[in-house]
Amino acid sequence: MNTHAVSLPLRIVPTAMLSIRRPQRMIERSAYVYRRGWLILLSGFFEPLLYLLSIRVGLSALVGDIEMGGRTFSYDEFVAPGLMAAAAMNGAVFECTANVFYKIKHSKLYEAVLATPMSAGDVALGEIGGAVVRSGLYAIAFAITMWALGLVASPWMVLAIPAAMLIGFTFASLGMALTTFMRSWEDFEYVPAITLPLFLFSTTFYPLSQYGEWAWMVGLSPLYHGVELVRAADLGVWDGSIIGHIAVLVGLSVVGLAVASRRIERLLLT
Amino acid sequence: MLESGYVACRGLCDTPVMDVRPVIMARSLVKRFGDFTAVNGIDVEIVPGEAFGFLGPNGAGKTSTMRMIGCVSPVTDGDLRIFDLDPSTDGREIRGRMGVVPQLDQLDTELTVAENLLIYGRYFDISRRDCRAKADELIEFVQLAEKRDSKVDSLSGGQKRRVSIARSLINDPELLLLDEPTTGLDPQARHVLWDRLYQLKERGATQVITTHFMDEAEQLCDRLVVMDGGEIVAEGSPQGLITEHIRREVLEVRFGYGRNEQQLPALDGVGSRIEVLPDRLLIYDDDGDAALSELHRREIVPESALVRRSSLEDVFLKLTGRTLIE
Ligand SMILES: Nc1ncnc2c1ncn2[C@@H]1O[C@H](COP(=O)(O)OP(=O)(O)O)[C@@H](O)[C@H]1O
Ligand SMILES: [Mg+2]
Repeated sequence: MNTHAVSLPLRIVPTAMLSIRRPQRMIERSAYVYRRGWLILLSGFFEPLLYLLSIRVGLSALVGDIEMGGRTFSYDEFVAPGLMAAAAMNGAVFECTANVFYKIKHSKLYEAVLATPMSAGDVALGEIGGAVVRSGLYAIAFAITMWALGLVASPWMVLAIPAAMLIGFTFASLGMALTTFMRSWEDFEYVPAITLPLFLFSTTFYPLSQYGEWAWMVGLSPLYHGVELVRAADLGVWDGSIIGHIAVLVGLSVVGLAVASRRIERLLLT
Repeated sequence: MLESGYVACRGLCDTPVMDVRPVIMARSLVKRFGDFTAVNGIDVEIVPGEAFGFLGPNGAGKTSTMRMIGCVSPVTDGDLRIFDLDPSTDGREIRGRMGVVPQLDQLDTELTVAENLLIYGRYFDISRRDCRAKADELIEFVQLAEKRDSKVDSLSGGQKRRVSIARSLINDPELLLLDEPTTGLDPQARHVLWDRLYQLKERGATQVITTHFMDEAEQLCDRLVVMDGGEIVAEGSPQGLITEHIRREVLEVRFGYGRNEQQLPALDGVGSRIEVLPDRLLIYDDDGDAALSELHRREIVPESALVRRSSLEDVFLKLTGRTLIE
């Protein structure tokens, strides 16, 4: 393996972490903004909800039951956590790509913030934190809807909310890191080219066993690890592998955060 | 209003007092962008309570210097100390003790005037309650009470500038950096701003101001440096620079576009120095009227003639051979 690829995170992760003091101020700022634009918040919730309803109405009866961990579940019980995880991903990516690009290139917001005692690490973690809060809100709304539709198979479902927030953290970090490399709005056309395959091929719609010899590739999808976590909580079926899933998501979050803060420093503190 | 560990000079001193520790000290300060040198080894010392100016045309390196002082741009070479601290290691603390009005407003366009001040104060870790009180006081100070709850997008250029100034004061800064505070404003808005800056100076805040307006530098600065091509070409008080480099008065004469230079031989011996511009001649003399009488005596009749006091613009012209604007 390329030693540079390994040593870079080792070098920048500690510096980025050490510079963090009050990221919560960025969340406070977002709260001011959303106080007037709360309708925007709602929009992010409807898309996954529509998916869920359409599957509940039609697809479920067609597909039949699914067996996991020695128990059988209806197809909509199986799909719902996958959709919840995907919603967390989409919300976070949305919040931390186009929005962040606008703030870096056009609104000069971060330049103003960096002229105060706030650091690039504060800005990055604060913006990512805002996305995590949003993911959490969506997850709660989604969980309540699932419960109302009778799709909650286990009381452990409450753990799906922190799981969705962790997914939000991971994708917000990666999305923000990626955004710092973008040069123009055209580059954002690649974002769905990444998130759509992840959405389709992360055991969202069918279990890992269906992937056959391609199963190993599914493991490369960060969303897969998130789906597994949410599903384990929702169905109340899990084993030691969830430690691995958590570790992957936390690791990616930290690297994404460090890259994002380092890049913001590079771009704005010239 | 402004507390500091330094002895505030409160604008009483025109020259640096040697036993006061400087707020800003730069030695051979350099800023490079790739191969391009924007600031080429400048030395500056600014004492507490002083209003200090960087005067120079576009591209002189004023903003680059201000950004280094503001700890948002790494120093390429040389020494820079602010509050006796090192920007590369103590940037956070330094930024916490100063206020910055950047060349282009960086207001939070998604927020109202009051919210801009509130959240900005929060970045300095000021309690929400203190932020609110301070924000109201500052909005009053810059006379924008009726715009308190308007989005900043809807404000005029001059009003935005005033919000920027108010916002930069939210943390009671010991040091205020103002990068071209009045560029792009109409004369009335400029005078309002000058008045506010003058009041702040009275209260003891150290100010660093960049400008390419001579009258602004003369109005606001106790001391200034003239910058050109990344270097300091002159230093002193506005009046000191004028008496040191040029005569007290200027006679401006016009003979028609392109015909000014031809008149030089006939003007030999008039004034102490003559500067040729495409559209006019500038004749420097301690007594401009006497120079004009001399023209009349020699029966030289320009299209127009005007006697005025010399300004920093003339100093700049003499030092660089160029005018400041354009
Ligand atoms: N980030 C940058 N990258 C490359 N060149 C720059 C950058 N910032 C400023 N410069 C160049 O440095 C010179 C000085 O710029 P600046 O400090 O903005 O001057 P002033 O504020 O006096 O107009 C200019 O020629 C400008 O083009
Ligand atoms: Mg400038």
